[in-house]
Amino acid sequence: MTTSSSPSVLVLGAASDVGRAIAAEYARTGASLILAARRAARLDPDAADLRLRYAVEVRTAEFDVLDTAGHQAFLDGLGVLPDIAVCVVGLLGDQARAQNDFAAAELIIRSNYVGPASILGEIANRMEVRGGGVIIGVSSVAGDRGRASNYVYGSAKAGLTAFLSGLRNRLAAPGVRVITVKPGFIRTPMTAGMALPPLLTALPEEVGRAVVAAARRGRDVIYVRPVWCGIMAVICHLPERLFKRMRI
Amino acid sequence: MAGQVLSGWGRYPRVACRLVEPRDAEEATQAILAADSLIARGNGRAYGDAALNPQGTLSMLRQGRLLAFDPSTGLLTCEAGVLLADIVALFVPRGWFPPVTPGTKFVTIGGMIAADVHGKNHHAAGSFGNHVASLDLALGDGRVLRCSPSENAELFAATCGGMGLTGVILRASFRLVPIETSRIRQETLPARNLDEVMELFEASQAWTYSVAWIDCLAKGRSVGRSLLYRGEHARPDELPVESRGTPLASPGKATKRLPVDFPAVALNRWSVRAFNELYFHAGRPGIKIIDYDSFFYPLDAILEWNRIYGSSGFTQYQCVLPKAASPQGMRLLLERIAKAAAGSFLAVLKLLGRQDGMLSFPMEGYTLALDFRATAATFSLLLELDAIVRDHGGRLYLAKDARGGAQMLRSGYPRLDRFAAIRGAAGGNRVKFSSLQSQRLGL
Repeated sequence: MTTSSSPSVLVLGAASDVGRAIAAEYARTGASLILAARRAARLDPDAADLRLRYAVEVRTAEFDVLDTAGHQAFLDGLGVLPDIAVCVVGLLGDQARAQNDFAAAELIIRSNYVGPASILGEIANRMEVRGGGVIIGVSSVAGDRGRASNYVYGSAKAGLTAFLSGLRNRLAAPGVRVITVKPGFIRTPMTAGMALPPLLTALPEEVGRAVVAAARRGRDVIYVRPVWCGIMAVICHLPERLFKRMRI
Repeated sequence: MAGQVLSGWGRYPRVACRLVEPRDAEEATQAILAADSLIARGNGRAYGDAALNPQGTLSMLRQGRLLAFDPSTGLLTCEAGVLLADIVALFVPRGWFPPVTPGTKFVTIGGMIAADVHGKNHHAAGSFGNHVASLDLALGDGRVLRCSPSENAELFAATCGGMGLTGVILRASFRLVPIETSRIRQETLPARNLDEVMELFEASQAWTYSVAWIDCLAKGRSVGRSLLYRGEHARPDELPVESRGTPLASPGKATKRLPVDFPAVALNRWSVRAFNELYFHAGRPGIKIIDYDSFFYPLDAILEWNRIYGSSGFTQYQCVLPKAASPQGMRLLLERIAKAAAGSFLAVLKLLGRQDGMLSFPMEGYTLALDFRATAATFSLLLELDAIVRDHGGRLYLAKDARGGAQMLRSGYPRLDRFAAIRGAAGGNRVKFSSLQSQRLGL
């Protein structure tokens, strides 16, 4: 890991609102950035914006989370392994469709679990060899307990949460830090049609600040809005006999 | 994509609109193609219904990226959803200032072009459109056209001030102006009446910035009583000694948020009269060095100040009269407003320079702007004011308007037919781009 005061940060899924917000927050701290998304050309305006606002170095890279066979080559192509890797990749999908069409379910699972596990696992191995680094995985409160309304997505996020937990456990000694972020509801166009409770709903910028703060303070698992910690504690401790009859 | 209750800054009217929020130009053009009827929306600072369309309102706020800046010319290129506040915060410390700024910095660049906003320097610098080098306009048929004074020039001219009716502005390039300090040298001059303040405006033509705050409750010989402020970007040697090391420092952040709607009775003729008395006696004549926020954006310091007019909302009335008709016309307007005793805390008076737009508001003459709570009594008073404006050859500002009529528009904007022809000729725009305002005005 380089010891310079401005670390390099890789953002996987940089085209999303949350990815943009995390990139902006890191740029504000002076970090140099690699923005990665499926269509890198789409990131050019984002890169230009970050350079102009924060006078930092920004590169873009083509990255497809589903192309697990290409993940080694993707990392090789970056040239230098970043100090910090953030994975914001995800797909909410449509639960009703996913439970009737396994191809749809599989896409959700591959986008939220298989793909992120592949790329973060490879980054972890390389950081372990180097002897340092920070991995930040954006998972979800939906992974804390499966619910009827989104269990395909939730199960994939549960997988990711467990994967990150295991990585953290494995890499604590070599000095690679692994952070799990559970944002709760986020106000984005994807959720604009939903009636989200304001107290539980974070703006993308809030997620960005929380992520950077969590990395700075050496946290392991964070809920962006602390209120979610209590809510999920209650939800997770409801007896299954009761929980299975509820619609939450 | 959802039905969401939206309003302009005046919180009147409030309407459920199908809101689309594209992340980039590609998604924006897709949304345009998919819509039957649509209007672009920036940061919602137009006061009335200019950026509302129940069938489709396209928010540009996710397209707030800066794209390029050339420090040798000051040319800035950005997406239309960039906030002026961001530009000011980023570029003042680098020695650059917007060429034209309205009285709030919480506007988008796209909105500034669509409303062809003016500032305290209009007499010298013209409106914002005068400083736009080029813009990219998405048309109703999905094409994107580069428009500038030399390329698609008529469409460019119609788009500056065109209230989003010629298409969706995606990107724009405009020139910032160099500054040596972040401070303004402000001179305050009291005027006892309308004649005096107009003389002061004439005498201030060589100043970069000038504006007057006028007491709308003053009557008789005091009609038009006001404080005129004129300003220049301060030179480094004019700063207090302790600031000379950091001439481009940003002002401190001292914003307050209005916590609740004021009850409707809080603003009445007595409270406003008391405030105006205090204000005019507190305004000390003389010169001082102040930060740019205090000079350009005094109301931005109180976030959500629009709640002061209570939950029913308010409307801002802004008109301009040709210069020759201004002494008589402004007197009639002010007398009528004082008689109704319904005006806002303060009104703004400003001498505008020459301007030659189609739907652009400015013309050479005096502009008056003041707020009214949105009530039935207000609307009948405003009809009387309309008649005075019309009789004196004036017009209303569409960025403020929530209630004017088609006749008033037609009498105020003689080049309306030209505007309609250009708009109609461009890619199905006549049908596709409309707002509640354009529908109300028969545009």
